[in-house]
Amino acid sequence: MSKKLTGIGASAGIAIAKGFRLENPDLTVERMVIDNVDAEINKFNNALETSKKELEVIKERTLKEIGEEHAEIFSAHLLVLSDPELVDTIRQKVNSEKVNAAYALREVADQFIAIFEGMENEYMKERASDIRDVSQRVLAHVLGKSVVSLTEINEEVIIVGEDLTPSDTAQLNKDYVKGFVTDIGGRTSHSAIMARSLEIPAVVGTKTITEEAKQNDLIIVDGIEGNVIISPTDQELEQYRRKQVEYEEQKMVWAKLVNEKTLTKDGHHVELAANIGTPNDIEGVHNNGAEGVGLYRTEFLYMGRNELPTEEEQFEAYKKVVESMEGKPVVIRTLDIGGDKELPYLDLPKEMNPFLGFRAIRLCLEKQEMFRTQLRALLRASAFGNLKIMFPMIATLEEFRQGKQILEEERQTLEKNGVKVNREMEIGIMVEIPSTAVMAPQFAKEVDFFSIGTNDLIQYTMAADRMNEKVSYLYQPYNPAILRLVKMVIDASHQEGKWTGMCGEMAGDEIAIPLLLGLGLDEFSMSATSVLPARSQLASITKQEAEIVAMESLNKNTADEVKELVRSKFF
Amino acid sequence: MAEKTYKITADTGIHARPATQLVNKAGQYESEITLEHSGKSVNLKSIMGVMSLGIAQGSEVTIKAEGPDADVALQGIDEVMKAGLAE
Repeated sequence: MSKKLTGIGASAGIAIAKGFRLENPDLTVERMVIDNVDAEINKFNNALETSKKELEVIKERTLKEIGEEHAEIFSAHLLVLSDPELVDTIRQKVNSEKVNAAYALREVADQFIAIFEGMENEYMKERASDIRDVSQRVLAHVLGKSVVSLTEINEEVIIVGEDLTPSDTAQLNKDYVKGFVTDIGGRTSHSAIMARSLEIPAVVGTKTITEEAKQNDLIIVDGIEGNVIISPTDQELEQYRRKQVEYEEQKMVWAKLVNEKTLTKDGHHVELAANIGTPNDIEGVHNNGAEGVGLYRTEFLYMGRNELPTEEEQFEAYKKVVESMEGKPVVIRTLDIGGDKELPYLDLPKEMNPFLGFRAIRLCLEKQEMFRTQLRALLRASAFGNLKIMFPMIATLEEFRQGKQILEEERQTLEKNGVKVNREMEIGIMVEIPSTAVMAPQFAKEVDFFSIGTNDLIQYTMAADRMNEKVSYLYQPYNPAILRLVKMVIDASHQEGKWTGMCGEMAGDEIAIPLLLGLGLDEFSMSATSVLPARSQLASITKQEAEIVAMESLNKNTADEVKELVRSKFF
Repeated sequence: MAEKTYKITADTGIHARPATQLVNKAGQYESEITLEHSGKSVNLKSIMGVMSLGIAQGSEVTIKAEGPDADVALQGIDEVMKAGLAE
């Protein structure tokens, strides 16, 4: 009997292969009295050396394939393994108490873990998991158990795990790892983002995959629908093999559009851009034929590390992206942290309503040193291509003016020092807050462009936390209220000869695309893998009919009515 | 024994990277090097010891070195401290 699980489709595609369970070995330790202290200490020393060598390899691999900021995690792990307070204490304990090394290691490591876990500061609390990670690695070697090594996989598998850690994803070999399924996570969790950039099908947040799937069970991963089937029947296997072929064929049809311009059936051009998180995503942008980068989320430069990135580091990243786009537009969003994205090292106070709190531009205008560093890096990079800056979470004109003023001050200082910057650089804002959408006509006189961030615009308009499953029914992109706000923004920009883009999930949604085209959206920015399907869809509809349907949709009563309308006209 | 007192100026205090730099530096010397902060003393060669103090911006810390290369060690640590971490 097959078993079906539903989760969140994190990366599109179908994969069929044997399950490979990613699990920690049994590291139960008993206290034992030993005779040969030297032999025991030797065992510990060897385990320590093996662990260090493994971490060096993982660190090098991460540095090469993912980037410096992620590799730093492993430098910290290595330093823990050289810490005399840890390793000498363990050796002393073995020596003085005549106990086995495994026991001494566990005892000493647990003490340190408890100290860090008991700290007030979030950042310090997280260090407890670092110590746990590394001490388990050493412990496994002391006990002669093998640590699951993803690098050693040499046949096609689907990885099954509770979640994938950065050190797991760093080791994934695309030739053998055909897909993965996890218990926890969402579309924007680390593992999901990695899956999309590696272009391997993945389903996350299934809650129970680790309970249901045994080692070597045959597994189907449907990253398109978010379904997982364990031990499929012959019929199901047949069905999904067909679906897999169809998807591959569809991809080949889309691939023909890589170098094509995006044109509607009646010859109207709109720009299809991609959203990226790191310079490494640029490859996907080119492979999928995007006409620009509509959103570069700079927060990934700040995340998964222990302190702020330097100006130089940021400059290099921005320059790399801008240069590799060869004159095509690159919209870079200044730091959008807070809400669901935390930076432990900033040590910000916990808030009751983080999405309504101290985040994004609000934080940047307060922590100006941090903000200015980023702006300098952006200004310097502007000389190397078509860079545009946008500020996130703008609620009032004063915020925009203040941000622009700071940018201007940094520009002048740089130019005084002989640094080349692009004076014509466009400066825009994200429209995520209803007040800004409503005031769009005023904003349009001062900004160079708008980019509508639909994920937040919807949650703020509907007053529904998008992390709360109980109210997820209120996440309604097709609600006429949202469509009317979008229209206000687009119309306001055109009135002043400016342009409007959209960089939320909605921009790549097949129901929304005809509506947005009809409302006059100029730029659609989405996951790179959605660009070609969108180009193919746009080629099949005329702007004229899209306009008629969009106008009609504004007067519908509910989101479902809008959806029905679009389906009846375009599908 | 050589010693020197600093006031931490870095925004984030002695977190992650500064701690890593200090510990790496201290590890290059033979001398015993300690860091004292509000009555507690830790081994400066221990990353966990240093981080466990959770030293914030504005704190005063004292570095002590004892051993054959104490003066050179203090000099080396001083360079790391003055590079944007403390005054």
